[in-house]
Amino acid sequence: MDTAASYNDKVVRQFTIMVVVWGIVGMLVGVVIAAQLIWPALNFDLPFLTYSRLRPLHTNAVIFAFGGSALFATSYYVVQRTCHTRLAFGKLAAFTFWGWQTIILLAAITLPLGITQSKEYAELEWPIDLLIAIVWVAYAIVFFGTVAKRRVKHIYVANWFYGAFIITVAVLHIFNNLSVPVTLTKSYMIYTGVVDAMMQWWYGHNAVGFFLTAGFLGMMYYFVPKQAGRPVYSYRLSVVHFWSLIAIYMWAGPHHLHYTSLPDWAQTLGMVFSVVLLAPSWGGMINGIMTLSGAWHKLRSDPILKFMIVALSFYGMSTFEGPMMSIKTVNALSHYTNWTIGHVHSGALGWVAMMTIGSIYCLLPRLYNRDSMYSTKLIDVHFWTSTIGVVLYAVSMWIAGVTEGLMWRAVNADGTLQYSFVESLKAVEPYHYLRLLGGLIFFSGMLIMAYNVWKTVSDKKPEPVAVLDPA
Amino acid sequence: MPAFWHWFVVGLTVLFIIWCVWLVSWSAKQGPKNVGDEDLVGHKWDGDLEEWNNPAPKWWLYLYFITIIWGIGFLIAYPGFGNFKGALGWSSAGQYEAEMAAAAATYEPIYEEFAAMDFEALSQDPEANALGRSLYASYCTTCHGSDARGATGYPNLTDSDWQWGSSEQAITSTILNGRTAVMTPWGQILGSDEAVTNMAKYVRSLSGLEDADETIQAMQQQFTMFCSACHMPDGTGNQMLGAPNLTDDVWLYGSSIETIRTTINEGRNGQMPAHGNLLGENRTKILAAYVYSLAEK
Repeated sequence: MDTAASYNDKVVRQFTIMVVVWGIVGMLVGVVIAAQLIWPALNFDLPFLTYSRLRPLHTNAVIFAFGGSALFATSYYVVQRTCHTRLAFGKLAAFTFWGWQTIILLAAITLPLGITQSKEYAELEWPIDLLIAIVWVAYAIVFFGTVAKRRVKHIYVANWFYGAFIITVAVLHIFNNLSVPVTLTKSYMIYTGVVDAMMQWWYGHNAVGFFLTAGFLGMMYYFVPKQAGRPVYSYRLSVVHFWSLIAIYMWAGPHHLHYTSLPDWAQTLGMVFSVVLLAPSWGGMINGIMTLSGAWHKLRSDPILKFMIVALSFYGMSTFEGPMMSIKTVNALSHYTNWTIGHVHSGALGWVAMMTIGSIYCLLPRLYNRDSMYSTKLIDVHFWTSTIGVVLYAVSMWIAGVTEGLMWRAVNADGTLQYSFVESLKAVEPYHYLRLLGGLIFFSGMLIMAYNVWKTVSDKKPEPVAVLDPA
Repeated sequence: MPAFWHWFVVGLTVLFIIWCVWLVSWSAKQGPKNVGDEDLVGHKWDGDLEEWNNPAPKWWLYLYFITIIWGIGFLIAYPGFGNFKGALGWSSAGQYEAEMAAAAATYEPIYEEFAAMDFEALSQDPEANALGRSLYASYCTTCHGSDARGATGYPNLTDSDWQWGSSEQAITSTILNGRTAVMTPWGQILGSDEAVTNMAKYVRSLSGLEDADETIQAMQQQFTMFCSACHMPDGTGNQMLGAPNLTDDVWLYGSSIETIRTTINEGRNGQMPAHGNLLGENRTKILAAYVYSLAEK
């Protein structure tokens, strides 16, 4: 077949396989550090196995390696299908794959060595940051180049979200990492004090808002209607919640700095817009769930749809929880406790991972010229391990967080604190075990997925898929 | 903040609120032109992807609208519009000061009552000790441990040894102002590796950990010359300087030859941070009496 007449699925396949690989690696590191919180000796007195170095490895691996590969894979697939054209700049697309994998490898080496900028989710040092910027610009050129040569007039809603995610992450990454290099492995930020903190959380919160929300909403807007075989519930709703979401997320960062030296006006604005963000966030959930409504009977037989509906439910829960936690009086209780960890994981496991897993199960057979995955039964098993795992994880951390928040503020009649820190640590120990169990169960599901994926792809030779003419 | 940034913040805030309101009202109306409420919009992608033009649920529109109204109200009541202080006059610094003042009014009389007591009596008063224990748990455990037995480099508070003295004045001063204990490095002055080892052995011999042969005994001369200014000629130390007693069985950094060699070669810097600003004088006295009660007499 003439290559121009077929889709470029090679790069999609490469990223898709790496989603499974990095998912397993990132979650394994998560399980290890959850165990270290119970048994600190598990660092074996080796500096590169200490919690402080493995924790950023875990977050970087799940967000940027697992989540990032999923966004690359699905956006490259979706933009071709919905623009009815082959991916633009094939070589550049290949460069984004190898570039992104190199970045992940460099992260996996430098973070355990303790080479870090000490900025959460932006730990990687300046040479890697430069490489990220280059790969990201290439990504933008490939994506928007494909959109530009589309053969349909209207741009499909999924591409709005992918596009917003790509542009914003470029801006966030570049401005939060402006630093003066000293050596190859050390640099100093150009921002200082509270300005540095504000930049960091402007970046940090929008990494959540655009990398982990907008990007995955793009995924949702293609794979949910595709898998359900139904039209998107409301075009109008998608317009409103898209433009609201990308406008308002930008303001929410200061809620990470409540009751700090950040000026009051910035804290107030951060809190107000975080609360206003509730409805725009829920717009995506409503549109996803209502798209599935009318196909409820399919949930009995299709575990992929089950992944998607649970992912949307967790998305709705976390985006309700987030605005609540950004209210100063609630934040005074929740900040610095395990509640935050619970919130993050109900988003990261419940929404991001489950939407990714569902989409990959939908995508993979199409990439390998098959009707379905090797085993639907195993998808169902994976669904239940994921659901039970994330529920155990989130619930244990919620209880632990509220326990800590209440213990830290409990005051005796004489004005002294009722509990020392170590007493609060002891009180939440059972929940550390429960969290480890939840993580282990979720992780075991990823191993099932790896087996299922292997069985699906190992004996199949992919064939080029012809570009579909617009209707 | 300068006038320019004030108006920048105000302008941007107002602009984004108007943007949200406009979006809500656009959605509440028909949406795209010439498409009925429950029709397909008419676009088609990838064979089967289509969109309905369903209106957004009413409850969702109300929710969105209510949060916007609430947000505007909140920004009028609290500081948010740039330099505008907010109608309620609230500030986080003001809230902090008010809460601290309220706490002081409630609790300070309790502390004053205890602080008026004699130090020795205070250290034996069960109620005062309960209060002291809570203070200790909050402020001291990180270094001195939950059981007050300390750790390497952090003094044990339950033994009979006092680096800076056990009087009321000494303990309260330690807590209020902190302490900085400096032992300078002596390796180069002693001259050779062997001399450092011999000095380490001599120091050990002072508490009977080492049998002193003639070579080691001969180190007494150098001990007198270099060490006695702080540790005293007989090695019993000086609480005025925080110089430890070398003749007892209490070892802040450890008693092995290797550890003592490190101490001599590199010196030591002991840091007890000042707690005066955190605790105030009354609570410091209660805490000091509690710490005193822990020690062997």
